[in-house]
Amino acid sequence: MKMNKIVFPLVLALAATLATTGCKHGFNKVTPLPGERAAQVGDTGGSGTIPPAQPLDTGSLPTSTIPSTPGNIPTTTDINLDDYNQDRAALAAYTVHFKFDSAVVQDKEQANIASVGQALTSDASAKLLIEGHCDERGTEEYNRSLGERRALALREALAKNGIDPMRIKTISYGKDKPADPGHDEAAWAKNRRGEFVLLHHK
Amino acid sequence: MKKNIINLLTILLTAAATNFCRAQNEIQIEQNINVLGQTKPIPVALDGFTGEAAEVLKFDLYVQGFSFVSPEAAQYLIHGSDAGGVTGTVTDKFAHKMILSRSYNGASLRRQAHAFADDIVKATTTLKAIGQTKIAFKSQPSSVGAGEIYVADFDGFGAQSVTSDATIVAKPAWVPGRLALYYTSYARGNPDIFYHSLSSGQRRVIAGYSGLNTSAAVSPDGSKVAMILSKSGSPNVWVCNADGTNLKRLTTGLEDSSPCWSPDGNWICFATKKAERRRLAKIPAGGGEVQYLNTTGAANPTEPDWSPDGKWIAFTRMAGDFDICVMPADGSLPPTVLVAGQNPSWSPNSRTLVYNRGGNGHQTLSVLDVFTKQSKDCRRATGSNSQPAWAR
Repeated sequence: MKMNKIVFPLVLALAATLATTGCKHGFNKVTPLPGERAAQVGDTGGSGTIPPAQPLDTGSLPTSTIPSTPGNIPTTTDINLDDYNQDRAALAAYTVHFKFDSAVVQDKEQANIASVGQALTSDASAKLLIEGHCDERGTEEYNRSLGERRALALREALAKNGIDPMRIKTISYGKDKPADPGHDEAAWAKNRRGEFVLLHHK
Repeated sequence: MKKNIINLLTILLTAAATNFCRAQNEIQIEQNINVLGQTKPIPVALDGFTGEAAEVLKFDLYVQGFSFVSPEAAQYLIHGSDAGGVTGTVTDKFAHKMILSRSYNGASLRRQAHAFADDIVKATTTLKAIGQTKIAFKSQPSSVGAGEIYVADFDGFGAQSVTSDATIVAKPAWVPGRLALYYTSYARGNPDIFYHSLSSGQRRVIAGYSGLNTSAAVSPDGSKVAMILSKSGSPNVWVCNADGTNLKRLTTGLEDSSPCWSPDGNWICFATKKAERRRLAKIPAGGGEVQYLNTTGAANPTEPDWSPDGKWIAFTRMAGDFDICVMPADGSLPPTVLVAGQNPSWSPNSRTLVYNRGGNGHQTLSVLDVFTKQSKDCRRATGSNSQPAWAR
């Protein structure tokens, strides 16, 4: 410690000298930085601008015909939502709710499943969209998978009731579309859900 | 009883004093011992800078493991000026010599300060500095619903929107070393994975299958993309070429999420469920057997990110709230719980994480030095910011 007290002013003096006089051994280099150009990864801190997003090139989407694993029902490729009118009111009464962090369809929800099944049976041309949702207590991507799992579980339940699963499309919103914006158990219980939207061809 | 307490206090104080003296003498040695969350910062004295330049230097150095002390207590003396451009010197007090002297011209003052901070880090550590790196993230007006993808400097400054689709977006991922992103967008009415060149603005869907398409993660060589698809009936890990071709299913579990790559490109780590328990697991990138990671002490692990040096896996535990955890990738030690937050993404130098934190409302991006546990919030782009990805 004493040593430092003696050395310190000397170092400061040396530093000051070097700072003002520069050093013959490569010190006091000038680093020129490029001007404000387009942002580059890991290179500039500049404020170059990013060009606006171009219209989406939807010409050639990759396709794949990989067989599914037994036990899972592959998602439908028959339904393009642009071709359908969405009737959100028809089946709104049959929204199914889930336990925390679970995609298991509870026994008490079987009546709702049966009602949705009947609606699809009585209207043979109708298709179904199932939206899977989560409460906010999972992380975003975790919930996006959980929401999809919930929608798929409802689809599988409808398939067991005799509905052709290829009539049913699923979509997960994770925790992005809560039914109740609250932050308590009552809100969370409402948000862990699957909603049924009836689709009629335009 | 009292006597015992006094004795105990004496012992503790003596131990503390001894440790203090030792710490004073061994600063240079201790800085090299990296213990998660417990490493001592490198003490520096900063002098001569004002305003924005001082702010940038303090931010950059703090989140790379430096602390600001008096000249007497400092190991390095950082002296300089921002009048008419950044000029500065670094003096190593122990080695009794000036180790850096540099001035900067061109670009903005802010950029010059970042460049000087980088040179300080390079002169005093073995780290690759992060002061001029970029992040991508999603920003939402509210904490739920539609948002846009943004890119910014790693401290959140200079944020620019990449998209303007007014729809739900998620999980941006950089192509390593390139000005290009993959991200999830609901713009077509379905969660699809987009590729987006930031230099041309050109973009296209590389995964738009029926069901869920999300959580793109690009392989270290940029040639492959891992992601979550539900096209076979459950959300699983799939891999395809950078352009979406050559699709292959890797996992068959009930519910997987958040794939990431090992830096050698040989493994994909992801979150999954086994026997009703949330687990982290890894699988060979070409397919093979799933191996479960031991995350004892960190319940409900999710969102793994493998450090670029291969040594660490950062993840989020879900235990009521969210916490950032880090564990050795080889599983040799249990995870260390560091700070409250979620969505950790490693810096290119494997030392700092960017993540988002906040309660139920607006999220803020923050950067964390995992060894000293020093963290600072990034400047917030409008609204709630989350799912940051560090360009590397």
